[in-house]
Amino acid sequence: MLKVSNLHASINGKEILKGIDLEVRPGEVHAIMGPNGSGKSTLSNVLVGHPSYEVTQGTVEFNGKNLLELSPEDRSHEGLFLSFQYPVEIPGVSMVNFMRAAINEQRKYRGLAPLAANEFLKLMREKRALVELDSKLANRSVNEGFSGGEKKKNEIFQMAMLEPRLSILDETDSGLDIDALRIVAEGVNKLKTPETSTIVITHYQRLLDYINPDVVHVLYKGRIVKTAGPELALEIENRGFDWIKKEVEDN
Amino acid sequence: MQSKEQYLNLYREYRSLIGRHSAPVMNVLRDEAHDELLRMGFPTRQDEEYKYTDVEAIFAPDYGINLGRLDIPVNPYDVFKCDVPNMSTSLYFIVNDRFYLKALPKVALPEGVLLGSLKEIAEQYPDFVSKYYGQLVDTRSNAITALNTMFAQDGLLLYVPKGVVVEKPIQLVNILRADVNFMVNRRVLIILEDMAQARLLMCDHAMDEVDFLANQVIEVFVGAGASFELYELEETTPRTCRLSNLYIHQQADSNVLVNGVTLMGGTTRNTTRVTLAGRGAHINLCGMAIADSHQHVDNHTFIDHAVSDCTSHELYKYVLDDEATGAFAGKVLVREGAQHTDSQQTNRNLCLTRQARMYTQPQLEIYADDVKCSHGATVGQLNEDALFYMQQRGISHAEARQLLMRAFVGEVIDEVGLEALRDRLHHLVEKRFRGELGKCGDCSVCK
Repeated sequence: MLKVSNLHASINGKEILKGIDLEVRPGEVHAIMGPNGSGKSTLSNVLVGHPSYEVTQGTVEFNGKNLLELSPEDRSHEGLFLSFQYPVEIPGVSMVNFMRAAINEQRKYRGLAPLAANEFLKLMREKRALVELDSKLANRSVNEGFSGGEKKKNEIFQMAMLEPRLSILDETDSGLDIDALRIVAEGVNKLKTPETSTIVITHYQRLLDYINPDVVHVLYKGRIVKTAGPELALEIENRGFDWIKKEVEDN
Repeated sequence: MQSKEQYLNLYREYRSLIGRHSAPVMNVLRDEAHDELLRMGFPTRQDEEYKYTDVEAIFAPDYGINLGRLDIPVNPYDVFKCDVPNMSTSLYFIVNDRFYLKALPKVALPEGVLLGSLKEIAEQYPDFVSKYYGQLVDTRSNAITALNTMFAQDGLLLYVPKGVVVEKPIQLVNILRADVNFMVNRRVLIILEDMAQARLLMCDHAMDEVDFLANQVIEVFVGAGASFELYELEETTPRTCRLSNLYIHQQADSNVLVNGVTLMGGTTRNTTRVTLAGRGAHINLCGMAIADSHQHVDNHTFIDHAVSDCTSHELYKYVLDDEATGAFAGKVLVREGAQHTDSQQTNRNLCLTRQARMYTQPQLEIYADDVKCSHGATVGQLNEDALFYMQQRGISHAEARQLLMRAFVGEVIDEVGLEALRDRLHHLVEKRFRGELGKCGDCSVCK
């Protein structure tokens, strides 16, 4: 599904990613962990095509296509979704209009007619229930005045609407209380199919108690320095990152 | 020769002709207006009030002017088949400066309400009209209004007697129609007595591909406890210059809403002067401008809190594309003794290109110590984070820009009190931003 090879990327001339290799197959859940400043958010931003980042080397293949050649919106249309660490507030743009535009542009890309108003609203209702998102929020402007937890629920709601093939959850657990965390994680799990994949970017084991990864990577100084099974996350929970840093420095 | 000379000469030459085709009430003010224009001349860019709009240059060209009141071959009903849908307005037309008398819509206005040609009503009720006509204008300091007073021969009068409520919104369509470059001096007089209520929508359209100079003066008297809503929608052509001077005088506990939308035009200068003369009066002054190419929109407002316990709310928003320029100057004067004034002014602007220019100037003058006054002005670009967020959800960059621009001006549209007009404005603004607004002869208000 996703094949990242020797990916280098920089922002404002400063190199952050220094040769990432990563392969995610259909149905897999990958966790990417690592200390602050290791490049986790840069990796997710580069994959979705944020204009501030420049790819200087390497390739990214997504479902057989050269991802780096696609516009951010076409990456979305191809089935790539990012749950933002900091969802953006958009005053004056209602959730309904925003979602309708997103759904219909995706359908257009796939050669489908726009969804009729009643079908669209029905879809909104169904998916909203999945993450227990208050119907009042759906009538408000995008993320405006939402609490931290509501913003993250709203991200997963949008994910449910767009049904991506690969979802990147960037620190989705940050700022969530335990109930919201459970609802968000259950939402993600309900959306999981054998064909869809997930990359979970997180500091902590906490979220991984709910969303069980198949593979755990540790990102440090712009490289993936360790890859193992779910037991790695538990080890990091107990011992922190220092031992991994030390391993890297020793080599 | 200064541009004022051609107008002064024209007036002196045709003074009696102008008078013959107008009402005595209007004629008695002409000579004085002439003398004032002679004394002042047109403002130049050196004048603080006209720093960004070159009035001298606007009046310099040679325009045709229909002082002999020749008939204009147009039937507005052919052009404007319908009004704003579902609004069920009482619909009237002014072709250039002349109230269109033929085939008035058969809508019964409440008893006592006068609506029609200013000239005719002024001839019928001279004593009544002379109490109001020319009483709010500042011809001694405003050369544009002086010129209008010197030449204006007709226009509209709306009178709502004490306690009468006009339920249906009244729609007035101003049509500019000419075969040569043309100047129009239109005059509007609105009188609402105590406790009266009315809502008026005025749309400006230009039918022909000539240079139009539309010089409009509106005087509005709002009695105690009365309520008035005025919506102005300009949808003309890049070759049209609109100069508007709006004067509003409010008595105690009156409530006025003005919402002025510049959807399409060439050069626009709107000056709005509000006097809150009675305690408890409230004005809500809103406006928006969408300009691209080389269009120019300049809104000047002046709110005079003359007495205590009045409130004013102001919101103006501009979206400037290409090499468009915008200007906003909002002055609020709180006079000595005008305690408990609550005044709030906001001007927010988007410059979509590096070439677009916005000049904004809030100005507060406060001579009372127990007041609440605030103002804020911003000039910025579309939020890049929001654009990217939408793109990540599959919304194209172009569409994301559309959504953000519409959201930006949506705040001003939300201040419109008529639901049908609000919906219509959302639709027109969307078309405007997509570049699909037809030229004015098509009148998209009415389709």
